[in-house]
Amino acid sequence: MELLSPAGSLPALKAAVDEGADAIYLGLKNDTNARHFAGLNFTDKTMTQGVNYAQDRDCRVHVAVNTFAHPDRSQAWFDAVKKTHDMGADVLIASNIAVLEYAATHYPQLELHLSVQAAATNVAAINFFKQFGVSRVVLPRVLSYQQVANLAQDTDIELEVFAFGSLCIMAEGRCYLSSYMTGESPNTVGACSPAKFVRWEETDKGLESRLNDVLIDRFAEDENAGYPTLCKGRFNVEGDITHALEEPTSLNTLSLLPQLNNIGISALKIEGRQRSPAYTRQVTRTWRSAIDAMKKNPADFQVQEEWNKCLSALSEGSQTTLGAYERTWQ
Amino acid sequence: MEFSMGNLQFYWEKDTVLDFYQKVADSNVEHVYLGESVCSKRRELRLDDWLEVGRELSKKGKSVVLSSLALLEAKSELATLKKVCLNGELKVEANDFGAVEILTDAKIPFVAGAALNIYNQHDLKVLLDRGMQRWVIPVELSRDWLANVIVGCEELGIRDQIETEVYGYGYLPLAYSARCFTARSEDRPKDQCGLCCIKYPDGRKIDSQEGLELFRMNGIQTMSGSIQNLVNDLPSMEGLVDIVRMSPHSLEVFDWLDTFQQAVRDNKRIPLQGYCNSYWHKIEGMKSI
Repeated sequence: MELLSPAGSLPALKAAVDEGADAIYLGLKNDTNARHFAGLNFTDKTMTQGVNYAQDRDCRVHVAVNTFAHPDRSQAWFDAVKKTHDMGADVLIASNIAVLEYAATHYPQLELHLSVQAAATNVAAINFFKQFGVSRVVLPRVLSYQQVANLAQDTDIELEVFAFGSLCIMAEGRCYLSSYMTGESPNTVGACSPAKFVRWEETDKGLESRLNDVLIDRFAEDENAGYPTLCKGRFNVEGDITHALEEPTSLNTLSLLPQLNNIGISALKIEGRQRSPAYTRQVTRTWRSAIDAMKKNPADFQVQEEWNKCLSALSEGSQTTLGAYERTWQ
Repeated sequence: MEFSMGNLQFYWEKDTVLDFYQKVADSNVEHVYLGESVCSKRRELRLDDWLEVGRELSKKGKSVVLSSLALLEAKSELATLKKVCLNGELKVEANDFGAVEILTDAKIPFVAGAALNIYNQHDLKVLLDRGMQRWVIPVELSRDWLANVIVGCEELGIRDQIETEVYGYGYLPLAYSARCFTARSEDRPKDQCGLCCIKYPDGRKIDSQEGLELFRMNGIQTMSGSIQNLVNDLPSMEGLVDIVRMSPHSLEVFDWLDTFQQAVRDNKRIPLQGYCNSYWHKIEGMKSI
């Protein structure tokens, strides 16, 4: 079982490699990937350095070209595929049919993984994407553990699951809440609830967070004020002010580790290319220790208190959940 | 320009549904979509019932399409999807690539639904080769985006084969989740939901703390808080859009169908208040222009 860490920058990449990630994933500095944020991602120069640094240390490099090609400039997505190949990256992660087909026809030797943004949740959908030569599918965070286990049994393709990080509660790649409120979505610009629309305001009623002028949340003095990701705000449902969709919380599957290993999951993905190199370092270190401990003695694996403590401190609202893996969350 | 009645995205009682389709049969709509696309637990009507409704509508000269589930998680849902796809009578709207796979495999032509991620001409070409006959554009796309796709189709030499449908009226489907928000809003676990969404025939409102209508919860689906209404945008669809979809949440949809059809004939602006239309204008969907 491979540990796949996020690299939003060259320092983050080096931190992940140094802490023992089996592979890292990164994106180019444009809207061809789903973490298109200011100050993040890789230029030609940093990508060359990153690929060399990782591969010299037996760490594989996955490149995410996982937004959807715009009709008037599809070439930018095709160029990103070419760059992934030419720079010697090991894997292309893609979700758009146009991108997958381009990769399959132009670079058939390039290992192809289906991005979570393609929202393949069932065997028939996985089979649809097999035609492009996809060898691994990253599963959306909407399946219960049992559903993941069933899929693992029903398909011969490699499965990768999210192990830790910010929790997207909608089927990825099929959520337009962000563009409904701001005009920009993960699919079209590579960002959810983009930072340029965020505004903070101290008011008599508390600290208010807004996204494109819409009030997302209002915090009392003793409350932790989180980023206004629009699905995690407090809204009014017929008089109840509540986290109507989801609370600010992160996914943490440490306790599921032996089970995920047993059902043959190929890779555990850590979310968080938008986070700091320090985040990448600490999360990679923790998961490396956990996976190694589990491999050494799967029967007696126990989650160490210090691992959970470290991960909680790095989580949204300092809270973690098993998310959809657990039926009660759903 | 033709019009379609989208499938019911909300959960209504069987008698209400049958009455609704009686009205659809008597309406001037050319195309009708039937069936369940949101939650597999909603079984007021079963596949056989939908097929029966479809037969009646076909007799009235409607072109009928069976919509399929957008988010498939359990194995049982995949089994149901196969039955829907292989129903043997009605054309199917694929809302997941799993459905595309099943239909392609069986060499059955299909409609590519709005829940499929189709963003450019290259996607359309791949799907055309697999039997796509029509596509419904993702609800977040603008007129400009669509125009660029159509230009791209011309360049690829496939423009003549492309039939395009756009959501013209109704609450927009914006997201799908593992979580049932309606059950959760009643403190019920999803597995013991009691099908409580049937109590909310046009969904449950999610407003901002300042009273702005943001979203509507509809089971595992999150919808737009405002109704999209593109009646005044019909002239700008000329040459791009073949079918305009009316998505029902109440019987009001029939009045609006008349208004839309009248607007095509008269080319007159309709005063609107409280609706949204701005995805079409390339800005945030919730705004009104």
